[in-house]
Amino acid sequence: MPAVQETVARVRAIDVDQYKYGFVTDIESDLAEKGLSEDTVRFISMKKCEPEWMLEWRLEAYRRWRTMTEPNWARVDYPPIDYEDLYYYAAPKGTKSGPQTLADVDPELLRTYEKLGIPLVEQEILAGVEQRRVAVDAVFDSVSVATTFKEELSKAGVIFCPISEAIREHPELVKKYLGSVVPTSDNFFATLNSAVFSDGSFVYVPKGVRCPMELSTYFRINEKNTGQFERTLIIADEGAYVSYLEGCTAPMRDENQLHAAVVELVALDDAEIKYSTVQNWYPGDAEGKGGIYNFVTKRGDCRGKNSKISWTQVETGSAITWKYPSCVLRGDGSRGEFYSIAISNGRQQVDSGTKMIHLGKNTTSKIISKGISAGKSQNTYRGLVSAHRKATNARNFTNCDSLLIGHDCGAHTVPYLEAKTSTAVFEHEATTSKISEDQMFYCQQRGLSEEEAVALIVNGFVKDVLQQLPMEFAVEAQKLISISLEGSVG
Amino acid sequence: MNADIRPIRTAAESSLGDIFAAAREELPGGEAALRVRDEAFAVVGRKGLPNRRVEDWKYTDLRALMREARPLADTPGADEVEAARALLPFGEVAARRVVFVNGRLSPDLSDMDTLEEGLSIAPLAVALAGDAVSALALKGVPNDNAVVALNTAFAADGLVIAVSDGAKIDRPIHVANIQTGAAHASYGRVLVSVGKGGSITLIESHVGDSGAHQTNTLIGLDIADGASAKVLKLQDEGLGTLHLATLAARLGAKAFFESVSLATGSSAARQQIYLDFAGDKAKAEVFGAGLAAGGKRHLDTTLVIDHRTLGCSSRELFKTALDGEARSVFQGRITVRPGAQKTDGKMMANALLLSETAEADAKPELEIFADDVVCGHGATVGAIDDELLFYLMARGIPKAEAEGLLVQAFVGEALESVDDDALRDALSARAERWLSERV
Amino acid sequence: MLSIKNLHASIEDKPILRGLDLEVKAGEVHAIMGPNGSGKSTLSYVLAGKPDYEVTDGSATLEGEDLLALEADERAIRGLFLAFQYPLEIPGVATMTFLKTALNAQRRARGEDELPTPAFMKLVREKADGLGISTDMLKRGLNVGFSGGEKKRNEVLQMALLEPKLCVLDETDSGLDIDALKIVSEGVNALRAKNRGFVVITHYQRLLDHIRPDIVHVMAKGRIVRTGGPELAHELEAQGYAAYAADAA
Repeated sequence: MPAVQETVARVRAIDVDQYKYGFVTDIESDLAEKGLSEDTVRFISMKKCEPEWMLEWRLEAYRRWRTMTEPNWARVDYPPIDYEDLYYYAAPKGTKSGPQTLADVDPELLRTYEKLGIPLVEQEILAGVEQRRVAVDAVFDSVSVATTFKEELSKAGVIFCPISEAIREHPELVKKYLGSVVPTSDNFFATLNSAVFSDGSFVYVPKGVRCPMELSTYFRINEKNTGQFERTLIIADEGAYVSYLEGCTAPMRDENQLHAAVVELVALDDAEIKYSTVQNWYPGDAEGKGGIYNFVTKRGDCRGKNSKISWTQVETGSAITWKYPSCVLRGDGSRGEFYSIAISNGRQQVDSGTKMIHLGKNTTSKIISKGISAGKSQNTYRGLVSAHRKATNARNFTNCDSLLIGHDCGAHTVPYLEAKTSTAVFEHEATTSKISEDQMFYCQQRGLSEEEAVALIVNGFVKDVLQQLPMEFAVEAQKLISISLEGSVG
Repeated sequence: MNADIRPIRTAAESSLGDIFAAAREELPGGEAALRVRDEAFAVVGRKGLPNRRVEDWKYTDLRALMREARPLADTPGADEVEAARALLPFGEVAARRVVFVNGRLSPDLSDMDTLEEGLSIAPLAVALAGDAVSALALKGVPNDNAVVALNTAFAADGLVIAVSDGAKIDRPIHVANIQTGAAHASYGRVLVSVGKGGSITLIESHVGDSGAHQTNTLIGLDIADGASAKVLKLQDEGLGTLHLATLAARLGAKAFFESVSLATGSSAARQQIYLDFAGDKAKAEVFGAGLAAGGKRHLDTTLVIDHRTLGCSSRELFKTALDGEARSVFQGRITVRPGAQKTDGKMMANALLLSETAEADAKPELEIFADDVVCGHGATVGAIDDELLFYLMARGIPKAEAEGLLVQAFVGEALESVDDDALRDALSARAERWLSERV
Repeated sequence: MLSIKNLHASIEDKPILRGLDLEVKAGEVHAIMGPNGSGKSTLSYVLAGKPDYEVTDGSATLEGEDLLALEADERAIRGLFLAFQYPLEIPGVATMTFLKTALNAQRRARGEDELPTPAFMKLVREKADGLGISTDMLKRGLNVGFSGGEKKRNEVLQMALLEPKLCVLDETDSGLDIDALKIVSEGVNALRAKNRGFVVITHYQRLLDHIRPDIVHVMAKGRIVRTGGPELAHELEAQGYAAYAADAA
């Protein structure tokens, strides 16, 4: 089992608290003044050279946000966030808004992404992978610093660019779709994001086009005391297909940092969007100091008939995760899928799951969630499956399994099932257990060490979800899982 | 967060306040009891009746279900006692009967003589005259729950049943609750303690006329080490009645508890069940069947299973069939606290929707803080399986009859563990009648 | 007895039967063989009246009565019996209860009195013994926890009890070992009678060694493409369905 041995070797090579992506890039930044006011919103909008309508949109969200209170229903516990003590905008000095070529990018930034395993070059993207190409949009704190393969994509008619650029260059598309899935008033964090979002990716795949390569965004928080508020909007027009990957890391810092993103997906008739995330924000140290607060609103709207949206997530990072990638199954015959691996260790707190809202006829959804808790972490699956009166023949299958490693952690399952039509068929099953002693014994009897055996069994436990990831991501994710469980045995 | 301050009261909330103010002095139990009652009423006084914004009441909005508060029932007259006699269920079941008419113990209809050795039965008032606090402020029950709090505030009558160590009481005790006459509210509380190694079976029935009554009963069991208790319930209230009920059981080491219920009545009902595992290696089984048709019938089952000791096991199975515009709610939480290793907890809720307009909501929860456990839950919602229906029809069984057979089999699974044949037959017959009335 | 003319049927708009003709007289045993996907099981479901199967053309009558206009239970009452390829499991409905409900429903529909319980029990015991079905099996939920062989024996028990006019056996041999096959076949053979017809659907010839057919049909592409005597089954066994399968594709 070379893969397992390699994993274990990597695990051994690092200390308990060592987070591989924890370095800080020494680069000067342009910061907005600390705190949040209408002026901050105006400043961000100005920095982005935004049109007036966008500023108005942001201000409306800002005013709404001032009237809202932070949600407290999730099973997460953290000291109050002082929203006035944050920077809402940070950009590496010298980055101008507007389209850039790779040649313009600060070499220090290129080195950062190289170190993260995401070299920003338009050749082979991930080491060891033949031919397969991935277009990358790299977001560093509040701005997009580079987008690769733009030209080649535009030949196919695919628009892939920073959202700030899309607001300027494709206002008709942005106006039509931005906020149409996650309205500005949706929830506290989404509304905050609507007011101050800085950058993120925009994708439009035109009618009948199968996007010629994987698209990917790589988010990096670098600056201290900075919130990252990215906004992603992906539209697959009729019959289009796109697969999109998202990766995230941040330096190790003692303070907590806020990440409140919004992702909106729109799939029109017969379109398909596959959205994969490997979330590896800094989780804080073993004592729970530092780490990212990952408060994210992700929602896909299967607006057209027979459309399909699939979310796959591997969540290993962040001090706190509050995240429910959801599907609104509006079009008749549409399908939503959610595949999740959520691993918590140390003092991490995860409250994550999905919502499948069946509105159209003959809509189907599938939820596979695998939670693994270790250390002193708390890991909650929270999900809603609902079928409205008119959603005849709605079908859902849900399977949530939790694995506990060690006796100081918690694993919780909170599903909500709401069926308002007799033609709906919902099936939900959940189990919680520890790694089977028999399985451990069997592996150890065959010569695996305890850690190797755990890594092997856990990888088996999450296999159904890993299979959903594009191959190169799956390999990364598999390694990440083992690293995340470092120190959980014995 | 801001639910604590609610200056605006609904009509029901204000009249509850008036009713309590007028009745509090008359309620049994003296000063000590009064303090507990005042405290309990303050829960509702402060927060009002829970509505759907309160997580535990998300699917059952008590404020909406209780638009008005009914006056407390008067002591029943002879007419009402006679009317009640005609409604008494389970005549064919061999059991000691204790009857409450409109919440008041009716000695004429009850059999409390010649008690078996080791068994004592006393009216609640007697217990309240003694240690009122422990009879009212129960352990292992969320006293800030509105239904529990109202019961604590108003409970005027009930029973205290005690089984001494080692006593095995073979003859079941049937506590019959009958509502009849003018629309009223009635509150009852039955406290059962089973001494070490003892055993008892309680049959609980709720029937009544079609009046718009409001009932609120609480059964609290304290099952000592190695003891065993069973509670078998038929909830067949009249279709105008709001039925609120709490069943709480505390299990000692190696204790056994079983509960089986069939709900076919009431306009709206909420059954709350709290299991508290206080000793190691105890075992509990909770089964429930619900049948609701027509109107806007509402059937809520809320289950909280608290595993805090070693090596206990719990099994819960709930089956509900819904027709018309009926709605079922299942909320079930299994909690395994730190240190409650080797817990084995399984919960299943199945809802069968027989009409386009029926609705089922389920929220099964696992809350696990110990690693060496095997816990799971499942929930399904769906219509009758066409394949099964076809198989039955292909043997010549007409559609309606085939459906009935399948519904009966569906809910029957939750009733099959009743080992008293006469009682099981009576429950099955009630389910069958529901089915025949449906067609 | 059974007369099928130009029968067309589809499922979810996909045509499966495309002009099937078949005449079965009382006392005859017809075997229908054919490659996978030729529509054999569809034929059995369409005859028994399974929802989701839509008849788009043609007719099927049993003793002159239009089957297609009837519900599944009405067809059963007219004497049509389908032995399922995969008998369904119904937990909570005891096999005994099921048998009694079915028999009495049929008796009632024919204007006969319901059979009193003791007489019924005696009848079931007699028939069950011959098929090696234990009392314990009869008490259990319908087909719940039954082995493949037990399920098929239970189908034959139902057939024996309900005394249908026309029996359709859908792949009754699937999943049976040689001993179970013998028991089931003997059960079926015992029911052969002058006034009863059989349609035996099977992929393999081996079942026909035990239940000897009078007439063998080959089905492909949703219709009967060849008809012959018992020797046709042996020919198919030797040569396979290749010729028909190619045609069917």
